[in-house]
Amino acid sequence: MLMYTLKRLLAGVVTVWFIATATFIAMHQVPGDPLMNDKAVSPEIRANLEARYGLDKPVTTQYFIFMGNMLQGDFGISFTQQNRKVNDIIRDHFPVSATLGILAILFATAGGVLFGALTAVYRNRVPDVVIMFLVILGISVPSFVFAALGQLMLVNINRFFGYSVIPVAGWGTIWHLLMPSLVLGLTTMALLTRLMRSSMLEVVNEDYIKTARAKGLSPIRIFFRHQLRNAILPVVTVLGPQIAAITTGGFVVELVFAIPGLGRYFVQAVQQLDYTVIMGTTVFYGAFLVFMVIVVDILYGFIDPRVRLS
Amino acid sequence: MSLFQPSSDMFERLEAQDSVDIIARPSLSYWQDAWVRLKKNTRAIISLNIIILLAIFTLIGPLAWRVDPTLQDLNQVSQSPSMPKSALVVDSYRGWDGIRIDNYEPPQEYPKSVAAPTNLRTQGMPTTQVVRIAWDRVPGADGYNVYRNNRAPLGFADLGLPLGATYGDELGYEDRLSLEAREYYYSIVPTDGLDEYEVFTQLIVTPQLAITREEAMERHLIGSLDQVSVGDEVTIEFHPLGTDYLGRDMLARLMEGARVSLFIGILAPLLYVLVGIIYGGFAGYLGGQFDVLLMRFADFVVALPFLLFMILFKIAFGIGPGESGIMPMLIALVLLMWPATARLVRGQVLQIREEGFIEAARLLGAKNHYLILRHIIPNTMGVILVTLTFAVPAAIFTEAFLSFIGMGVAPPTPSWGSMCNEGVKTMLSHPHELFFPALFISITVLAFNLLGDGLTEALDSKMRSRD
Repeated sequence: MLMYTLKRLLAGVVTVWFIATATFIAMHQVPGDPLMNDKAVSPEIRANLEARYGLDKPVTTQYFIFMGNMLQGDFGISFTQQNRKVNDIIRDHFPVSATLGILAILFATAGGVLFGALTAVYRNRVPDVVIMFLVILGISVPSFVFAALGQLMLVNINRFFGYSVIPVAGWGTIWHLLMPSLVLGLTTMALLTRLMRSSMLEVVNEDYIKTARAKGLSPIRIFFRHQLRNAILPVVTVLGPQIAAITTGGFVVELVFAIPGLGRYFVQAVQQLDYTVIMGTTVFYGAFLVFMVIVVDILYGFIDPRVRLS
Repeated sequence: MSLFQPSSDMFERLEAQDSVDIIARPSLSYWQDAWVRLKKNTRAIISLNIIILLAIFTLIGPLAWRVDPTLQDLNQVSQSPSMPKSALVVDSYRGWDGIRIDNYEPPQEYPKSVAAPTNLRTQGMPTTQVVRIAWDRVPGADGYNVYRNNRAPLGFADLGLPLGATYGDELGYEDRLSLEAREYYYSIVPTDGLDEYEVFTQLIVTPQLAITREEAMERHLIGSLDQVSVGDEVTIEFHPLGTDYLGRDMLARLMEGARVSLFIGILAPLLYVLVGIIYGGFAGYLGGQFDVLLMRFADFVVALPFLLFMILFKIAFGIGPGESGIMPMLIALVLLMWPATARLVRGQVLQIREEGFIEAARLLGAKNHYLILRHIIPNTMGVILVTLTFAVPAAIFTEAFLSFIGMGVAPPTPSWGSMCNEGVKTMLSHPHELFFPALFISITVLAFNLLGDGLTEALDSKMRSRD
């Protein structure tokens, strides 16, 4: 298990290196440069600025400086916000995105497992049909439409009560989190429900369920102890990639609900060609996602002993 | 005990029979069988029909509905589909003196509170050209504020758009501010000349869609001024799905947007699935160190945060002036999405390579290229087809998502995603601008998803001949 973890971590570091290199190459392909946005600057000022940001050096040197700084965890200074470090930007805005993402994941997993189990138990009956219809809707409607509808719903709720019960947009209180995380988790919840349903239906026919039934265990005990616990495994496997989907999917939700998260900041940085912020955020996100997938895989080993052996 | 010895005369010779009862179903090829089972799946067949309809909508639609999707007309901004199809011809605008009180004397002192205005009414017929409202004098008040709301106000703090203020002697107000043929809630609040009293009276007005003869000429609705007279009805431009915030026809734009969305949504998966087949096929068939190396690289590409790199690549390829940004998005999608198919194909190839029928074919002397073309590729086709079907909605979603956050196709090129982006801004007042593009995205994605589900079941060899 330790060897496995170490191996995965090593592969993860190499992956992060690849992500950083790809980001660097992509950024240096971008037409125009970040100093172009400013008012016309004299050649001397421009030379000074280039020297400050290290843009006067050859690309290979820039690459090694970038990599060296990154190894020390330093992403440089923002181009558009003078004297603001990229590290500070990430520190300020990432917790917001993370809070939202964690809530969305919790919501999606809880909902997905619950509804998936429900549909399997009530197979081909009313709850199954209704939930599966909603699942198909959840998969087919784009998240920004849900975000817009969610906001519209809040507006109507507030209008009905005559005062702001749940804030429509913004950040600060726990109430601000409610609708955005619901919307963010919706698509994942739909996917997990589908997965959970098919997994539950597969498990029902397994021999150990028959054995448990033959032993005379109570249906409730069979359901929770044998069926649910085994059926939940595939859900855990897709959780890693789904965390990735949710963190980046946060872009739209952050834009629509005016949440000061890292996703919104990234979109802004791209529009302003803020080199250091774009590179810093991408590498940070990439590293975060790689790490999350490793964590989920290792956790999976703990949950399912069969995986640990192989 | 003697053994039974049959002699030849104990046997009877039978004539050869031509017709023998064959107890077997007609032999079906893999694809015929899959098609038979797909046809039984109602949902998949409905989805297939929807996809065909979408193709007709995209390809033939613009030929039938010949309206320029880029034509802007600020006279018909944000018209809802339910708007009347004809307009009343009215006289051109003439000034209005309003309603004034002669010999007006302002109140000597301003009372703490006054009554709400009474007898709030419209003067003349309210049209989209002009709405004139009038009310009775409120004792003690020395002026009035006029508000207009698109919906029923919730209370004093929610009266809507402040249109203007009148002096104490003016008891009428004329509204000509971008009127539409819909319900308006006018509110009159008495003031002491400066501050408002917290009372108001509300009047619901639905202006009649009206047009002057000069405007009708300008918009080419009539050939000459004499063609119609005041009081006639003139048929106005027909927009079955309304217009957007620049007065462009929604139906024409949806058709144009379908081209963009479906072009990216279908071409990108085709391209990257092709790349994936070649890459994965090579890795799987060659195997060994080569396979490990190729797959390690694919793993790296999978690890790239997808949307971030979509955006990065898209800006890296750049959009020149006048370009739509479709190509950069296509390239970015292909660059990032191929590894999933490559992995899948490699897995399939590895599995099929070990199958008995490959062994048998090899024993019979089949060459490599024959094995690949005759056995391995046809056997992976089912899985690839399913992947392709599910890849289409994913690509459409990605395009819509990027266009929605403003990183997709550049305006004025419409795509369903960018239309949603524009529509969401006017969601409260003109919901149809968001509704139609969102509906098209949802239906398309739904159809491809259901078809994919159907194909998975139909092509699953385990399910074959089970029923």
